[in-house]
Amino acid sequence: MTGGALIPLALRSLWDRRGTALLTVLAVALAVALLVGVEKLREGTRAAFERTITGTDLVVGARSGQLNLLLYSVFRIGDPTNNITWESYQALSRRPEVAWTVPLSLGDSHRGYRVLGTSQAYFQHYRHGEDRSLVLAEGKVFDDLFDAVLGAEVARALGYRLGDEIVLAHGIGSVSFADHGDKPFRVAGILAPTGTPVDRTVHVSLEAIEAIHLGWESGTRLGRAPQASADEVRKLELQPKQITAFLVGLKSRAAALRYQRVVNTYPEEPLLAIIPGVALTQLWSVLGVAEKALTAIAVFVVGVGLLGILTSILTSLNERRREMAVLRAVGARPWHVIALLVVESAVLALAGAVLGVALVHLALAVGAPLLEARAGLALVGIAPGLFDLAVVGAVTLAAAGMGLLPALRAYRASVADGLTVRV
Amino acid sequence: MSGAGEAVVTLDGVVFGWGKGPPVLDIASLGLNRGERLFLRGPSGSGKSTLLGLVCGVLVPRQGRVTVLGQDLGTLSAAKRDALRAAEVGVVFQMFNLLPYLPVLANVTLPCRFSPDRRRRAAEASGNPEAEAKRLLSRLGLTDPRLLDTPVRSLSVGQQQRVAAARALVGRPALVVADEPTSALDADSRDAFLDLLLEEVSASGASLLFVSHDMGLAGHFDRAEDIRALNRAARKAEAA
Ligand SMILES: Nc1ncnc2c1ncn2[C@@H]1O[C@H](COP(=O)(O)OP(=O)(O)O)[C@@H](O)[C@H]1O
Ligand SMILES: [Mg+2]
Repeated sequence: MTGGALIPLALRSLWDRRGTALLTVLAVALAVALLVGVEKLREGTRAAFERTITGTDLVVGARSGQLNLLLYSVFRIGDPTNNITWESYQALSRRPEVAWTVPLSLGDSHRGYRVLGTSQAYFQHYRHGEDRSLVLAEGKVFDDLFDAVLGAEVARALGYRLGDEIVLAHGIGSVSFADHGDKPFRVAGILAPTGTPVDRTVHVSLEAIEAIHLGWESGTRLGRAPQASADEVRKLELQPKQITAFLVGLKSRAAALRYQRVVNTYPEEPLLAIIPGVALTQLWSVLGVAEKALTAIAVFVVGVGLLGILTSILTSLNERRREMAVLRAVGARPWHVIALLVVESAVLALAGAVLGVALVHLALAVGAPLLEARAGLALVGIAPGLFDLAVVGAVTLAAAGMGLLPALRAYRASVADGLTVRV
Repeated sequence: MSGAGEAVVTLDGVVFGWGKGPPVLDIASLGLNRGERLFLRGPSGSGKSTLLGLVCGVLVPRQGRVTVLGQDLGTLSAAKRDALRAAEVGVVFQMFNLLPYLPVLANVTLPCRFSPDRRRRAAEASGNPEAEAKRLLSRLGLTDPRLLDTPVRSLSVGQQQRVAAARALVGRPALVVADEPTSALDADSRDAFLDLLLEEVSASGASLLFVSHDMGLAGHFDRAEDIRALNRAARKAEAA
């Protein structure tokens, strides 16, 4: 008999035991779905993470660690060690290779969310994902000194609407005794979700940061010093003296390394320039340990699923010795007996793996648009692809290999039994 | 024994034992001619099934020679022995002859899946293996067309044995081997089954090697032997 004629036989035999076969297939499907799901989310979030900030060639801050600068300038985590003087910022912005810069000033918070002082250029040049710029869901970018633009999560979590008044706190932390209560801000705009730390940021103008610190120069309000009113402050035309960091867009990408060297060797003060894409990849490789553990667990679960196939075949083997004897009697070769069980194992695994992959993609097809709409997180590279094919192939092959074990047992039994089965 | 062309099966000085155990069979000579129907009698445990395993080429003797259709099984590779069995031997067991997951018709045509020769001969006889299977089934008294697609589990034992007989005969093998096929049947269906089997074996021109512990069946056959008379191993064991 040709090998092909065995497959219908194996399928008929499986169909005859479809109750247990279905359970085995389901176990494999769930295990494979876990593996593929973990991997898709891992890949999707990694790609999304590495696109937290795009289109910016360099981020410049006071000299500290690479990750430190990335964390506070992009992720609003941790504190800057030092500031950059306005003069250095101006000098570095005016260099010929620079297309644009965006100043960033951090250090204040609003109910646990960081406040970022910046310029209107921020809304023009900040990019994330595949070259996506910031979009206002409502309102407009700040034009008054006391205008604030909220990230999507800030607005949603705190229930803010356009026109609401908010009070910024000096320093960081949701409970602050040093409220800048005398100069409330007004919500001028709310950004659409981006899936980046922008969602958790309150944006105001650089001048506003200066304004709320009028009279706070030493860090706390000085005794009973006379306070300027909001209207008086508006007339002051405040000029920032220092900023925390700035984003740089170059006319040509090729100039990035040269510009980086200029910044890093800047004589007036110690500065550091990082290329965000590189730093993000580095940061992810630190975070990646946990996700590797997750993948390892998923692989083990698939192993358990495959053992389920092995168990179900081995337990069915005794009752099937007669079947093997009949097959031998009608002319089956020993390898037919082996192939029958190997095919059975492979078919169970194949069905399970395909079902599992299909489940994941069904879930992604439903879930990914929701995730993007709710959180602005666009998972990247989750379409069915080579990886899914490789998983299906590997699981099927592994099962076929494992099927050899019961198959060889059945083969030995069929040789030892001759034509009659002694039970 | 008559000329080699006429002998379908010959055993010469065949010794066989299971594993490393003592010899179970030691047969100086046994032959079966073309078209002959031989009844081999022996009590349970006397080595009848073992003998059939040797004839089918599933078991290999320690000594001696088994020839089937002029081919010395000892000189054939395992693959050739399996191919010879597929093409030229039909087997009926005492029970559990059928694959439970195949319907009746597919069980009958099963040998045609493993042997192109049997597929071809079945097609020559009736056009295709399925038609030949239906013809044999109706000759064996299974005429109800609904029966063809029934799962074999819902058949009576007598019906199952007749399906097994049809399977042994499909594609006209030269030899039909039957291992106590009537032991699970009651007296009436036993005689009916035996008559049908012998009739169809004759019609197809096959030789029949039929083993059973039931001496009462011997009268239906051309020749009857007692395995204890042939088996020197058993005599030795008795003497010891
Ligand atoms: N698969 C086997 N493995 C080991 N010993 C066996 C096997 N089959 C049969 N025997 C032994 O061989 C002897 C002959 O058995 P068997 O050929 O089945 O006799 P019968 O068919 O006449 O009842 C018995 O002693 C039996 O225990
Ligand atoms: Mg027996």
